[in-house]
Amino acid sequence: MTKTLKRLDLIFKNEGDSEAILEKTLSRNNEDIISDLIASGLKGRGGAGFPTGLKWRLTGEVEADQKYVICNADEGEPGTFKDREILSSVPHKVLTGMAVCGRIIGATKGFIYLRNEYKFLVPKLRTALDDFHLIMDKLNLDFRVDIFMGSGAYICGEESALFESMEGKRGEPRNKPPYPTNYGYNGKPTVINNVETLAHTYSIFKYGAEKFRDLGVKDSRGSKVFSVSGDTPIPGIYELEFGMTLQRFVDDFGDGDAKAVQVGGAAGFCVPRKRFEKTIIGYQGKLTGVSLPTGGSMMIFNSSRSMYNVLHNYLEFFVEESCGQCTPCRVGTQQLLMGVEAVKRGDKSSDYLNKLLELSEIMRQTAKCGLGQSVANSFSSIVENFKEEMIY
Amino acid sequence: MQSLSHEYIIGENGYINLIPFKDYTIDYFSPSIIKDDSKCIRCQRCVRTCDELQNIGALTVSGKGSEMKISTFFEKSMYQVVCTNCGQCVNRCPTGALVEKHYIDEVWGAINNDKKYVVVQTAPAVRIALGEALGIDPGEIVTGKMVAALKRMGFDAVLDTDFTADLTIIEEGHELLQRLTRALKDKDPAVKLPMTTSCSPGWIKFIEHLFPEFLSHLSTAKSPQQMFGALAKTYYAKKTGVDPASMVSVSIMPCTAKKFEANRPEMYASGYQDVDYVLTTRELALMIKQAGIDFKTLADDNYDSFMGESSGAGVIFGATGGVMEAALRTVYEVVTGREVPFEGLNITPVRGMEGVREAAIKIEQPLPEYDFLEGVEVKTCVAHGLANAKTVMQKVKDGTAAYHFIEIMACPGGCLGGGGQPIPTSPEIRRQRTSAIYSEDAHKMIRKSHENPEVLRFIRIFSLSHSDTCRINCCTQLIRPVNAIKRAKGAC
Repeated sequence: MTKTLKRLDLIFKNEGDSEAILEKTLSRNNEDIISDLIASGLKGRGGAGFPTGLKWRLTGEVEADQKYVICNADEGEPGTFKDREILSSVPHKVLTGMAVCGRIIGATKGFIYLRNEYKFLVPKLRTALDDFHLIMDKLNLDFRVDIFMGSGAYICGEESALFESMEGKRGEPRNKPPYPTNYGYNGKPTVINNVETLAHTYSIFKYGAEKFRDLGVKDSRGSKVFSVSGDTPIPGIYELEFGMTLQRFVDDFGDGDAKAVQVGGAAGFCVPRKRFEKTIIGYQGKLTGVSLPTGGSMMIFNSSRSMYNVLHNYLEFFVEESCGQCTPCRVGTQQLLMGVEAVKRGDKSSDYLNKLLELSEIMRQTAKCGLGQSVANSFSSIVENFKEEMIY
Repeated sequence: MQSLSHEYIIGENGYINLIPFKDYTIDYFSPSIIKDDSKCIRCQRCVRTCDELQNIGALTVSGKGSEMKISTFFEKSMYQVVCTNCGQCVNRCPTGALVEKHYIDEVWGAINNDKKYVVVQTAPAVRIALGEALGIDPGEIVTGKMVAALKRMGFDAVLDTDFTADLTIIEEGHELLQRLTRALKDKDPAVKLPMTTSCSPGWIKFIEHLFPEFLSHLSTAKSPQQMFGALAKTYYAKKTGVDPASMVSVSIMPCTAKKFEANRPEMYASGYQDVDYVLTTRELALMIKQAGIDFKTLADDNYDSFMGESSGAGVIFGATGGVMEAALRTVYEVVTGREVPFEGLNITPVRGMEGVREAAIKIEQPLPEYDFLEGVEVKTCVAHGLANAKTVMQKVKDGTAAYHFIEIMACPGGCLGGGGQPIPTSPEIRRQRTSAIYSEDAHKMIRKSHENPEVLRFIRIFSLSHSDTCRINCCTQLIRPVNAIKRAKGAC
């Protein structure tokens, strides 16, 4: 197999210069750093894609006696395992990003919200934190980072549910607005960023906004860490440039028989073979054409896979992981699951799939948080593209 | 919900019916509240009410996704958990997944049983809210219609809880004076101050769970309902010549916790269960409808005698601050021989809707026997809603608040906002009910508990009996059993 893809090595490159970079960055003024971040075009790597610089600026502008920086390491999306690698190999990059953010917005406290399944990372992180705190003391910066362990609920990766969970309450999403920039952890203005986003800020601090911006295409700048899994001979974590077509991706990673790629995990979209060529990996925008928001999970399915089983698996996941707070999501997921089962068994006619598609659209519009809204993504993209597999 | 489904033309369920796939349980073990998961739409209003309004947290959410449900600590039954039975959740539940335990069938059964003599008592807060459940605007007083309806329904005697509310005041007021005397005159370090009221059964269960070390601060007086129940089967039975064994005592309360209170094992002072059945305001409204009575056009009627007379002080028991006001009217007069120095006897500082209200009343020129109270400021505090009760008790526990007398009502607004009151109960409706209750008080001929002639007659009869057994007997009717014997041995 020929490797035509431009592989990058920004994030995982470890040059041991974090203290110097931090010192250099902190010597600049806040506004310059933020302008750089905005100019770089860095967007949140958790999947939603909010411009990072803007998030920091908005939080910085709010007056409050206490603010927080939180690193979201509750990596729960099926098929995603990039944050785990970043945290274990380059935690100092993440911490540097947090420290700079803390200085800019005026926060003295940061947290890494670590999913419970990553407990094994704690000793390593503690060592990194000790080193980091020494640097903080040396640079005379009042900023401390703590690890907060999640308890294993998927929903707690949703930012407001994450705050609730940190406050000791049941992990349920809050109504928005107010957004975390105004009302986050403990009701204080909070910046919450994905692990990868924070690691990318380090690259920007180091190489400048231009270099980052040179990568990728309009609206989707920079590189992205992908977790590649499924029917591929080379599963693993790869840092790739934004803007490539799915066809190129599949050519490189697939086993030659890929019929669909699930981009963005269970909450993402399923792209069938016929649309590989037209699909560009990146955030949604006018010039990137048909593109997909992505948290970095790429699951490749070859023709031996039943898409019904794939969908069934996702729906079972959602039925279990919905927090149960709002009816569209709690009841909707159960209805979708039982509905596809009934159609498969023949208890309901194939028309019933249309009713379920309608239901998933209702969920997209009425569910309270991203989880419930995004169930429709995978459901409709799989059902519409592989209808015959659902029925027969 | 029904009108909404009509509006949106939701006739049938086009989707798969999920209910047969679930294993729903009905928790009917609590004497107050029934919880039926199959009716629950998981809106969590009850959870918020329990947590934010009452700060109890007996109801919480457990499980996630399809398993998510409203639950209690370790999925135990409502009667095994910290639930105070206040019923605020019942009042907020939009589907009836949480309802009070109904005793309607039992009461109809008793009424229709010729061998039973059914006595009914009505709480102060029922008369100002019952109308709402029967198509009358909030804030209208329907005492006369209610009495008429009860008589038509076939109750043998329709009596007023306000009578024992007045008794409570006399009992509680004198207890306060006793405690003050022991604390200020005898300098007895063992005396427990502040004294707190004891008429709200939700509050009693709250303090038992959360502040058990303060139980001795509770007034030893029983709640008006239980005094009434005990007296109905003793004093009233003797007066009317009815065999207490054949007497069924029913009470109409704005409260679900009263159902629990009536079922407490110690409430057998009369030798029988003092109060047999407790109905909420809503249940009474339902029974009136069942009986086919056109409530709006009923002519007013009066309570039966013996235990039907009441003062304005008894009426305002239904509002937060009411017990405090009633007690102050009596205590101040006992101490000084003069009326409370407020215009029209309206002690406005203790009225209102703020969660915690403090008021101090200075005693000047007392009667000679109370001269130790000269210049003393009696500090009082009124709290309603258990979240506020917690704040106040925490202060008392920390020693940051020096009160003499605290009134606490479990429900926001006092009994008039009780868990058994008509749905909906909103802050606005509570305000309307409050003004109704105070106007009822203002129009009463007798405004002070110690001037209620029936109460005075009752006290004369009981204080004439001098033997110890009689005293114990008398006390057990009025005082919570634990304290009765202790009290009887001292000055009764």
